[in-house]
Formats: sequence, structure tokens, C-alpha cells
Amino acid sequence: MIEIADVSLVDWSRAQFALTAMYHWIFVPLTLGITFIIAFMETLYVKTGKEEWKKITKFWMTLFGINFAIGVATGIILEFEFGTNWSNYSWFVGDIFGAPLAIEGILAFFMESTFIAIMFFGWNKVSKKTHLLATWLTAIGANLSALWILVANGWMQKPVGMIFNPETARNEMNNFWEVLFSQTAVDKWLHATSSGFVLASVFVIGISAWYLLKKREIMLAKKSILVAAVFGLISSVYLVMTGDNSTRTIANDQNMKFAALEGLYNGSEGAGLVAIGVFTESETDPQNENLKDFSMKLEIPNFLSYMAFLDWNAFVPGINDLINGNEKYGYMPATEKIERGKVAIQKLGEFKNAKKAGNGQLANALKTELTSAGFQEDYFKYFGYGYFDDPQDLVPNVPLTFYSFHVMVLLGFFFILLFVLSLFYIVKGTFDKKRWFMRLAIIAIPLAYIAGQAGWIVAEVGRQPWVVQDLMPTMAAVTRISAGSVQTTFWLFAVLFTVLLIAELKIMFRQIKIGPKH
Amino acid sequence: MFENISHLGLQQYWWVLVSVLGALFVFLTFVQGGQTLLYSVGKTEGEKTIILNTLGRKWEFTFTTLVTFGGAFFASFPLFYSTSFGGAYWVWLAILAAFVIQAVAYEYRKKPANLLGSKTFEIFLVLNGLLGTILIGTAVGTFFNGAMFSLNDMNQVDWQTPFRGLEAVLTFHNVALGLSVFFLSRVLGALYFIFTVDHETIVTRAKKQLLYNTVPFLVFFLYFLIWLLLKEGFAVNPNTGEVFMEKYKYLHNVLQMPFNTIILLLGVVGVLWGIISTLFMKSEKGFWFAGTGTVLTVFALFLIAGLNNTSFYPSIYDLQSSLTIQNASSSKFTLTTMSYVSLLIPFVLAYIVYFWRIMNRKKISEEEMNKESHAY
Repeated sequence: MIEIADVSLVDWSRAQFALTAMYHWIFVPLTLGITFIIAFMETLYVKTGKEEWKKITKFWMTLFGINFAIGVATGIILEFEFGTNWSNYSWFVGDIFGAPLAIEGILAFFMESTFIAIMFFGWNKVSKKTHLLATWLTAIGANLSALWILVANGWMQKPVGMIFNPETARNEMNNFWEVLFSQTAVDKWLHATSSGFVLASVFVIGISAWYLLKKREIMLAKKSILVAAVFGLISSVYLVMTGDNSTRTIANDQNMKFAALEGLYNGSEGAGLVAIGVFTESETDPQNENLKDFSMKLEIPNFLSYMAFLDWNAFVPGINDLINGNEKYGYMPATEKIERGKVAIQKLGEFKNAKKAGNGQLANALKTELTSAGFQEDYFKYFGYGYFDDPQDLVPNVPLTFYSFHVMVLLGFFFILLFVLSLFYIVKGTFDKKRWFMRLAIIAIPLAYIAGQAGWIVAEVGRQPWVVQDLMPTMAAVTRISAGSVQTTFWLFAVLFTVLLIAELKIMFRQIKIGPKH
Repeated sequence: MFENISHLGLQQYWWVLVSVLGALFVFLTFVQGGQTLLYSVGKTEGEKTIILNTLGRKWEFTFTTLVTFGGAFFASFPLFYSTSFGGAYWVWLAILAAFVIQAVAYEYRKKPANLLGSKTFEIFLVLNGLLGTILIGTAVGTFFNGAMFSLNDMNQVDWQTPFRGLEAVLTFHNVALGLSVFFLSRVLGALYFIFTVDHETIVTRAKKQLLYNTVPFLVFFLYFLIWLLLKEGFAVNPNTGEVFMEKYKYLHNVLQMPFNTIILLLGVVGVLWGIISTLFMKSEKGFWFAGTGTVLTVFALFLIAGLNNTSFYPSIYDLQSSLTIQNASSSKFTLTTMSYVSLLIPFVLAYIVYFWRIMNRKKISEEEMNKESHAY
């Protein structure tokens, strides 16, 4: 009844989704943040009436336009890829996932696309105030666009507000507000958008620093740094706070992911946080890609327990506790979950067969059993585990998740420092005297992009092997198609997106070199 | 309010909304049609700039409508989304690729250091206009002619040809719809130029193109429509959900839904009037007549495809795998929730229309192109 796709198809489909998502995320964060920075600048123009603010606004708007176009181009693929490459998943969750996606289209995308046209072409066609309103609505529309897709992603990490319907073999929504206001969804949105604000602020400060190094566009650079440093500082503090919240949510809802991103194999009470660590082959099992020892680590005692559960002595389960089970702390062994999942799948099969055979009485009895609260809690909750045989398959790629998480977090703190110093130097009037700092600000631009990509690797690689946590594994979500077809489209998009990215970068660099129009 | 409507009622309501989006999309492909006219209407660099700027201020509407059409289909009829997109893989990815290259082309064409040169980006726009319209039209043709798929008892799709949807081009009736959409988009594009551009040469050439494209449009469209009314169709037994072939099914739909038929006729008349009034009566407003006519016609065709116990996405491989608005839809709860969201659509449409009018108050001219700080 349930067929599982072969490994290479799953891998290529994942590769294609990762490719398109990561390309999309190169452009989205800048859009999320720079639209607000532009809106602040234009507000200053309208308030003060000074032409210099208009010039500054228009300059950043030009760069935004270049970035926006390719962001849109890479985004359309993603939406439809849910259908083209993950069709089994689309049906399984369509009843929940579709609603946010439709709302996104109706509310956010139209807002963005209507007002962006006014923002770019309306300078001489609408009043100053209407134009300002359009700029603000573009920023709000862009960030609302991010809301709904992140609600959907949040639901996949922590499925809530639904019930499984055996008749249709899918999850059906029974509480929209639970889906929308799920802690995971809210955290995701706030964390992702604020990461965009930080990236855009770093972008503006870095480019301005380049002008100051070259001793040109001094006025534009200094004013831009002031706006971006204030916005960046507030956003980066907020980013760390929402990140901290997210981590706690993960510790509670996705403990395997949490263990992986901390590199925690054996759980303990009062667990320490590895602030910096380097993995090496495990002595016990060198062949195991996922089993590693630390060759070097800097650990803060008890901090992990506090971060996860706000209790210095709480027990934090490690990967081994989750696989082998830990009776003392109430963690079920993976083999038990797998067995329960198989029972759920088998019962669903029996129900389908009874329906097919026209045995209405049996079908009804099975349906009642399947939807009973007891069965849902004891068996259906583990539905997805039934697809697995080997508990080791339940462990995500630990080194990749661990390193990505730590790179992201360290960079997050680095950006706070960068903004504090930027603000300090610009207020003191010494920014353009500190050559080392101006260079650092330029180098920070690629670092901001790396941090964002690392964040998504943590979120998406860390939750493997699940597409929908505990309910649907990635291998069951994929469209049944030849791996060769997916491989072909993967390379087509890889080439197309790379060419467009190079074009975008060349245009962007040239426009920065040209500078604002005088 | 929506809680009291039956599941079937909500399914019909959402089919109507999806049809509205589809209809608006086809109207908005005047952008695509206009792009394919780039070289026949614009000969000099200045003329091309005017053409691409008048289209460029609207391309995002078409794009966004396509995305929303996809999103609304996913939300209301997820089984169609998973079946068609996952099944007809190559068709949809080709369509998407055609829209990817459009999104960057406007912005990058004139920018210095754009790597590929402005000619390449212009070709991207022409390709988008060509493939976008023909492929989408052909794909929608399968709503009436069926596709090669089967569904298992977990509703997972198996496509029965290695061409993954591209085989739709072997059915001429599908292609006729694709070509109708293509030539219609060119007709609308030409009308849009006449409506928005203040440039004599461009307008004269656009009128010529209007005539040239009206003829093939009528040929393909009439072929599509007449054959549709004569062919057998995919009917659904409302009591059992069983799908069966019915002679003259779509003709029956036309006769059994008279109100919809009036919409269809009004639509066709609107398109024709838009063309005739422009060609022979020197009207500049033909775009609005033809545009409204397009929306009405496409809307009515969508209703013929999905309502009145008709399968909107039939399988010719396994008839009982065919999709209907009932078996492909979201749960009652989800449709109810989304129906509340749909109440915002008139508001969204209103602000789009309001700002569209402000932005188009004055015709676009060479003078404006020289003055404008942000131009494509």
C-alpha cells in the first residue's frame, strides 16, 4: 500500500529542493530588511523635506530592485516544487499547508507587487505621502509573504491543529488558530525576518564602509550607516532572543534535532554547552558518519540544561538516549516507536482493504478505532516511524547540523558587536578613520549570508529524516518519478540560477561602483 | 456564515474562485503577448524601451496571479496539485522555467555589466511569452481531454507515460487551446499598446499586429470551442462518484447552465467588440472590452470544465482515478476557513484597480522615458 521511493530519487529531490531554497534565501533576507531601511530613509525625507534623503532612498532602492527581481525568479519554483517533487507530501498535508499558501498569495503577494510598482515608478505620479505609504506597504507585504510560508514550515516541524482522516489518508485541519499561532511558527517567522533585518543592515553598513574607504559619497555613507546601525542593533538583539526561544521550542518538540545541533550523544543532568567544538572519528565506531568524538571543545558547564529547559540541572537527552531509550527519564526506545508506527500503518491498510472489499461494518469499526483518542496517542503519533527498520536512520547528519548551528550563533553575536561599534564610531565621527573597521564591515557582508544559509541547514537538515515531524518521513513524501528526470532538472536549475546569480552580482557591483545618481 | 454551506457548496464556491483567478491570469497574459510583439512593434531602441516599460509596470500582476492561482488550487483542491504537478512534471517545470527567466529580464536588460547582454534578456521575454502561454493553454486543455495517470488508495499519483505531461501536445484539441491563448495574448498585448502608449509608429504597428493575430486566434478558438461542444466528455454520477463518458457532455453543460452560457457569449462578444472598435472605429479603449471579454470567456470555460457533475481533471488511463471538485478538495473545515479569507478578495481587487488607474493616468511617451529615474 505504501511504497517507498529509492534512495537516489529521494537524494536528488532533496538536492533540488535544497538548491532552489538556498538560492531563494540568498535574496529574500535582503528584501525583508532593506525595504524597512528604505522606508525609514524615505520617512526622514518626507519629514525633513531634505533632498539628500531622497537621493539616499533612491540609491538603496536601485540595489533593492536588482535583488528583488531574482528573488521573485527563484521563489516561483519553490511554491510549485511542493507539487512537482513532493506530490505525496502535498496531498498528505495539503489540507493544512494549502490554506497559508493561498492566504499568502491573496494578501501578501498582491500587496507587495502592487505597491512595489508605485515605489519604483510612482515618484512623479502620486503624492509624497502616498509614495511613502507605498514604500511602507511594500516592506510590510514582503514580511507578510514570509509569514505564511514560515507558518507552513513551522507546522511541519511541529504538527498541530489537525486530525488524521483515514478515509482520505491525510491530515485535516481542525483548528486554524492553533496552526497560525503555534509557538514554532511564530518563532520561525520572527527569527527569519529579524535575520533579514540584520543581513540588510550589514549590507548597508558594508557598502557604505566601502564608499568611505574610497573617500566618496561621504554624506550618503554616513547617514546610511547611522540608520542601518540603529536598525541592525535592535534587530540583532531581537534575533538572538528569538533564536534562544526557538532553541527552547526545539528542545521540547524535536529533541533529536536538539541533540544533533549540540552534538550531544549521551544525555545528562546539568548538561554543558559546547560553545566551540571540533569533531573527530569516533574510537568506538570509526565507520559511523554520525558517531563522532570531540577532538577539542570549549564547554560551559550546566548551560545547555538551562538553555533547553530554564533549569540548570535539568536532564537533556542525547542521541543515544533517544535511540536506545532511557527509562529513568521516560524516553521510549526507537524500536518501540517503530513498532507502534507499523501498527498504525497496518491498521490503516486493513481499513483501506475493508473499504475496497465493501465490508462496511469492518471498515466502520476500524475507522472508529483509528480515530479514537487512545489509538491516536498510543500509535498514530508514531505513524511515520513505521516506515523505518533501522533506528540509526532516525539520526540526522550530526556534524553538518552541529557546525551550521555554531557558525550561525557565533556570527549572530559578532553582528551585535559590529552594530555596537558602527554606532559608536559613527556617532563619535571616527568611522571613516578606522580603516580596519571599514574593512571588517565589508567582510561582514558575506558572513551575514553564510549565517542565514547555516540557519536553514540547521532547520532542515537537523529535522531529517522527517518532512512532517514523526508523521511523514522524507522518503515517503517524494513524487514517484525517475531519479534521472529530477537529476536533469536539478542541473538545469543549477546552471540557470548560477548564471543569473553571476549576472545579479555583476550588475550589483557595477551599480555600487556607479553610486547614486547626481 | 460559511459554516452553514454544505461541503459541496463550498467546493463549488472554491471552483468559482479558482476560475476567477484563472480567468484573470489569461487576461493578464497581455504582458506575455506584448513581449512576443517586441520586435514586430518596436524597431528602434527607444521604441523597445517604451514597449518594455509599459509592460514592465504590469508584469508582476501576471506573475503574482499565476502564483496565487497555484496557491489557491493547492489550498482548495490539493489532490489536483499533487496529481498534476507531480505527474505532468516536465510540462510544469518548463512553464516555471519560462517564468523564472521573465522575472529577471525586465530589471537586468538595460543595466550595465549584466553578463548576458540586453539581447539575451529580450529573448528571455519573447520565450516567456511564447512558452508561458502555449504550454499553460495546452495544459489546461487536458481539463477537457484527460491525462495519463492513476491514483492508488493512498492517493499517490503514478504517471503512465515517460513524457510526464508533454504527451498532451499529441492531442490537437489541447494544442488548439494553447495556440488560442497565445494569439489571444498577442491580441491583448497589441490592444494594450494602443491603449497606453503615446507614440504614433508604435500604435500603427500595433494595429497591424492586432489584425494579423486576430485571424489565427479566431481560427484556433472556434475550432476549440466547436469541437468541445461536439466531443464526448467526462461526467460524474453525483450519487456514486463514478466517472463515465457522456456524449456531448460539454454541450449539455452549456445547455444546462444557461446563466454561464450568457457569460460565455458576453465574453466572446466583448473580445470581438474590443478588436472591431479598435480596428474600424479608432477607439483606444478596446483593451478594456477585450480584457473583460477574456475574463468572462475563460471564467465560463472553467465552470464548464468543473461544475454540473463534470470531472475537471480526467484520467484517460484509469477513468475512476479522475479528479472531481468533490474527491480532490480540501476538508470542509479548511474550505470554510479559507472562505472567510476570500472575503478580502474584493478589497484586494479594489486597491489594485485604484492604483492601476493612477499609474496609467497619463500615456507613456518618449519624453517620460528620458525623464524617469527608474526605467527598464
